[in-house]
Amino acid sequence: MSLAARVTTLIVAVLAVVGGVIFVVAHYLLGGPPTVDFAAATSGQVNVTMQTDASSDPATVPDHPTWVSYFIKSPASGSWVHTTLFQVPAHTRVNVTILGYDGSTPVRNQVWGQVSGTTGGVADYGGKPVKTVNGWNGPYLIQHTFAIPSLNLSVPVEAGPATCTTGPCTNNQHSTTTFSFMTPAQPGAYRWQCFVPCGLSYLDGNGGPMQTFGYMTGNMQVVS
Amino acid sequence: MPAADGTVADGAGRPEPNHGLRIFLLWLPVALVADLLIWFVWGPHLPPGAMSTSAATQQSAIKIMSVMAAPVMALVLVYGAYALVVWRHREGDDEDGPPIHGNTRVSVTWIGVTSVIVLSLAVFGTVELAGPAGAGAGEGNTPIWRPSGGTPLQVQVIGQQWRWTYRYPQFGGFETTSLMLPVGENVQFNITSLDVIHSFWAYQLGVKADANPDINNVAYTKPEHTGQVQVRCAELCGLWHADMTTVGQVVSLSAFNAWTATARTQLAALTKELPPYTLTYDPNAVAQLGKVFQKAGLSGAGGGFYGSQYPVQP
Ligand SMILES: [Cu+2]
Ligand SMILES: [Cu+2]
Repeated sequence: MSLAARVTTLIVAVLAVVGGVIFVVAHYLLGGPPTVDFAAATSGQVNVTMQTDASSDPATVPDHPTWVSYFIKSPASGSWVHTTLFQVPAHTRVNVTILGYDGSTPVRNQVWGQVSGTTGGVADYGGKPVKTVNGWNGPYLIQHTFAIPSLNLSVPVEAGPATCTTGPCTNNQHSTTTFSFMTPAQPGAYRWQCFVPCGLSYLDGNGGPMQTFGYMTGNMQVVS
Repeated sequence: MPAADGTVADGAGRPEPNHGLRIFLLWLPVALVADLLIWFVWGPHLPPGAMSTSAATQQSAIKIMSVMAAPVMALVLVYGAYALVVWRHREGDDEDGPPIHGNTRVSVTWIGVTSVIVLSLAVFGTVELAGPAGAGAGEGNTPIWRPSGGTPLQVQVIGQQWRWTYRYPQFGGFETTSLMLPVGENVQFNITSLDVIHSFWAYQLGVKADANPDINNVAYTKPEHTGQVQVRCAELCGLWHADMTTVGQVVSLSAFNAWTATARTQLAALTKELPPYTLTYDPNAVAQLGKVFQKAGLSGAGGGFYGSQYPVQP
């Protein structure tokens, strides 16, 4: 092989490896859903609004439109963002509203039918306080849970009156679950997840959306 | 090389020194110092500590095995160093080593000593398992090594993606995310899972046992000191496997009794909704959950619910 050919081969090989590394690092850093920022607290409180949907509009969620999913409402633009990552200030009261646009899937472990870690130990279903919900039988039916295990926060989310399959949805056929909790003083990422095995068709209902950021699990980033 | 008269001499004609004795004399102080350091300095800090009977026997077993292993390792290292220095290649010496075939004394010593070490460790290991009721390992549904004296405190450990919950059947069957244990009492963990395979690892207690769906895996221990217990999952179980932790507490018997009394009252409404206490919970036996899967056209939790672009996992 001529010297020129060997040098060219070497340069191409080096560029390929460097390009591959840059691609992987950039994918890791830039990939994944965006973070909705609630860091600007007014009088020590922030209001976080989310919704759950049975499936999504493929134009909004091209990756897995058929999966169950959470959406978070951006406080800046008021639009729904397909993500499960949000940022809140430390030591702040977070008032959460979850609009339920999904039908009922019972919990596997009824222990998650109990509300824990919220202000007052309750969640409100359409304004009515509930402490323990039978996640199997009713009278309230539940669809997903919102839980931050390290804060011992666990809230069953009431099932909606109808199933909306084109998330994010804006009609009024939804349930409304509200609760408040205090963010910890320690900044950092606090994982949250749903404890209903709602990843239907995956092993024990726990794969797919249950293990993917942007759908049924994410991080609450606490900043000081 | 052997001379004509059978005496061993080196290339310069000097008689060969007694290498075996020299290696032994070099090895002896190294092995002795290593063993003393392991036993008295390192030993008390070896994992997993001595918070429970099972942890303490694991620590002493690691100490004893280290004390037996250190002289063997010292011999290998001393022999290697000795060979490098004494039998190194010297300028102008291109001669091959003598062709040696067999040495009965070395073979017998080697096989004898290693057999004694390995077989005695096998006996020792078995006795160590039996002694503190299974040494904190999972013994399956029908444990053969049980603690003596009285009914132990039963704690059901339920693994699920991705959190541990604990059920106390002797106190009305309440279920909680807290792990609380009394000091000085025998504990029987009944470990199971609601989905995939997890592993209950209570580090300071020296307890590690698989949590399998549909299986009741029993492990015993007896906490000897109060303090914190770090529980982790030791079986890769999905996205939040590394975050599947509990900080448990070993407290005095009176504090434990106060805690169970409070928990029992506070969790009464939830306990009413729980299924009756059983040793296992079929992941798909929740009737209502089964109905949802059925409605979706799934048997159990498998099937092509989301369409053929999503292969069923696994
Ligand atoms: Cu869910
Ligand atoms: Cu696990």
